[in-house]
Amino acid sequence: MKILVCISHVPDTTSKINFTEGDTQFDTNGVQFVINPNDEFGLTRAMWFKEKQGASIDVVSVGGPETEPTLRKALAIGADSAIRVNTPARDGFQVAKELTKVVQDGNYDLVIAGRESIDYNGGMVPGMLAGLLKANFINTCVGLEIEGDKATATREIDGGKETLTADLPLVIGGQKGLVEEKDLRIPNMRGIMMARKKPLNVVEPVEAKPETTAVKFEKPAPKGPTKMIDPDNLDELIDLLHNEAKVI
Amino acid sequence: MSILVYTESENGKFKKDAFQAASYAKGIADKLGTNVTAIAFNTENTSELGNYGVEKVLNVSHEKLKNFNAEAYADAIAQAAKKEGTKVVVIDQTANGKYLAPLLAVHLEAGYASNVVALPESVDPFTVKRTAFSNKAFSLTTIDTEVKLIGLSKNAFPLKENKTELSTENFEPSLSGEDFSVNVESVDKATDKITIADAEIVVSGGRGLKGPENWGMIEELAEVLGAATACSKPVSDMGWRPHSEHVGQTGKPVASNLYIAIGISGAIQHLAGINAAKTKVVINNDPEAPFFKAADYGVVGDAFEVVPKLIEKLKEFKANNA
Ligand SMILES: Cc1cc2nc3c(=O)[nH]c(=O)nc-3n(C[C@H](O)[C@H](O)[C@H](O)COP(=O)(O)OP(=O)(O)OC[C@H]3O[C@@H](n4cnc5c(N)ncnc54)[C@H](O)[C@@H]3O)c2cc1C
Ligand SMILES: Nc1ncnc2c1ncn2[C@@H]1O[C@H](COP(=O)(O)O)[C@@H](O)[C@H]1O
Repeated sequence: MKILVCISHVPDTTSKINFTEGDTQFDTNGVQFVINPNDEFGLTRAMWFKEKQGASIDVVSVGGPETEPTLRKALAIGADSAIRVNTPARDGFQVAKELTKVVQDGNYDLVIAGRESIDYNGGMVPGMLAGLLKANFINTCVGLEIEGDKATATREIDGGKETLTADLPLVIGGQKGLVEEKDLRIPNMRGIMMARKKPLNVVEPVEAKPETTAVKFEKPAPKGPTKMIDPDNLDELIDLLHNEAKVI
Repeated sequence: MSILVYTESENGKFKKDAFQAASYAKGIADKLGTNVTAIAFNTENTSELGNYGVEKVLNVSHEKLKNFNAEAYADAIAQAAKKEGTKVVVIDQTANGKYLAPLLAVHLEAGYASNVVALPESVDPFTVKRTAFSNKAFSLTTIDTEVKLIGLSKNAFPLKENKTELSTENFEPSLSGEDFSVNVESVDKATDKITIADAEIVVSGGRGLKGPENWGMIEELAEVLGAATACSKPVSDMGWRPHSEHVGQTGKPVASNLYIAIGISGAIQHLAGINAAKTKVVINNDPEAPFFKAADYGVVGDAFEVVPKLIEKLKEFKANNA
C-alpha cells in the first residue's frame, strides 16, 4: 500500500498572531512552525500501517523552502520520503490542484490529510483533492482500518459517530482519534540522523490558479472588562446572565 | 439567478442551522436584488422555510438519500444550482455541511470560503469575512470565480423572520453508482443528549475537578440549564470523559450562547476553540488563571463549593421563571 500524508506547515498552537504590510500578510517574525496537529495524528496512523501492514509513506507539502524543516521532522518520525511542491500555498483550491498532480504521478492508494489546518482553517483541501481525483472521501475521520483495497472508517458526526466503508483509492480528512495523543511520536536522535539521508524531492508546480484571495486580516475587537462576582453572591451571576447577557 | 441554500434536516425535520443559513441567504439575495431557493432532502414539511425568506424549495425525496451521503448530496445540490443558474450557494458548517462543501465546490468550479461570519462586505469584488488562525483573527477574502460557495459559520448569523410566499417543487437529481461509493454502514448517535454542536449552553470541566468521580455536579448543572457537557483536552486524554467532549483547537469548536468553564486554566489552545461562544463564565480558584481575561463573568472560588450552590440557585431561578 502506498500512502501519501499531506502536511500543512503551520504556526505553533501557542503563537501570537500578528499581521504586517498594512494587515495583508501574516507576520512570521518569531513564530515557530510545526506539523499541523491533525496531520500529525494522520502521520502516526500511517506509521502503524507501515509497521503492521508493510505500507510505504511519502509526505508532501505545498510551499516554499521554509516548509522543509517541517517535512524533515515528518521524515524523522518515520516517513520514507518527502515531496515539496515549490510554490507558495495561496488557497485551498490551488493547493488541492497541486496535490492532485502529486497523487496522480505517485499512484497512491491512500491519501491522509487533516480535517483542517489550524492557520487558515479552511477545511477545504482534502475534499477538493478527492473531488478533483474522483477518489472516495471521508472527512472528520477518527478511525481507519484497511484490508486489501477496502477501507472501514469511523467518522465523527454532530453528537456521535458513523461507520463507513469505501474502496481505495481514498482520501481522508483526519484528526485525533486516528491515534491518541499518547501514541504521537517524538523524533529520536536516530530518526533525526536517518531523516537527513532520506530523499526530499522538490517538484515544480503545475501553476494552479487560486479561486479566492485573502485581501486583508483583522484582529477581533478587544473584549470589555471581566465582571467578577463574589462566590457568596451567585444571585448576581444569575441576574447578569438573565438580564444583561440574556442567555438563561 | 436566485441564491441557493442547502437546508439541513435530521429525521425529516429542519435543523436550526437550516433557518440560519436561509436567513443569511435572504440577506445576500436582498443585496443582489434576487430571491432565495432552498434545497431540502426528505423533509416532511417544507413550509417553515417560508418564515425565513425562502421563495422556492426544491424538495428531493429519494429513498437512497434518506441518510446523509456527502458525494450524493453534493452532486444533487450541484445539479440544482446548475438548473437554477445560481451564482451564490450557501451551506451551513455542521459536520455534514463541512463534509459536502469542498466536493460541491469542485462540481461547480466555485471558489469556496468557509467559516464566514457576516454578510458580504461588497458584492463586486465579492468579499466576505471569515475566521482564521483558530478564531484569533478574521480574514477578508474575495471569491474570484463566477459561482461562489459560502460556508456559514455556526451561530454567526442570527435567525431573521421574513414571511414569504413559498412554492415547493419536487426535484429529482440524476444520480449514479459513483455517488454511492462511500457507504454508511451504521450510525451511533445518542438521541437523548444535546450535542455540543447544537447546544445553546455548554458546561465544561477541566483538570481542576480532580477526577472523573466528580463529574456528577457538572452533569447536574448541565441538566438544570438544558446544556451539553464538554471538557478540556487533558481530561479526555486521561479518559475521565469521552473524546467526543473534548473542545478546543484540536477538539470540537464551541459557538454556543453561553459557555461555563469550571476548573479550566484557559490555555491558548483551549480558548482557540471556544472563542466563538458569545458569553463566557469562568469558575476557578486561582485568581491568576488566564481564562479570567477571556471571560465575561468570573467567579474566584472552589468549584466544589461554588457549583453545588450555583445549581441550587439556578433551580430556584428556574422554578420562579417557569
Ligand atoms: C498542540 C496542542 C493542542 C492542544 N489542544 C487543546 C485543545 O483543543 N483543548 C484543550 O482544552 N487543550 C488543548 N491543549 C492543552 C492545553 O495547552 C492545556 O494543557 C489544557 O487546556 C489544560 O487543561 P485544564 O485547563 O483542564 O488543566 P490545567 O491547566 O491543569 O488547569 C486546571 C485549572 O483548574 C483550577 N482549579 C484547580 N482546583 C480547582 C478547584 N477546586 N476549583 C476551581 N478551580 C480549580 C486551577 O487553578 C487551574 O487553572 C493543547 C496543547 C497542545 C500542545
Ligand atoms: N500547503 C499544503 N501542503 C500540503 N498539504 C496541505 C497544505 N495545506 C493544507 N494541506 C492539507 O489539507 C488539510 C486541511 O487543510 P485546510 O483545507 O487548509 O484546512 C491539512 O491538514 C493538510 O493535510
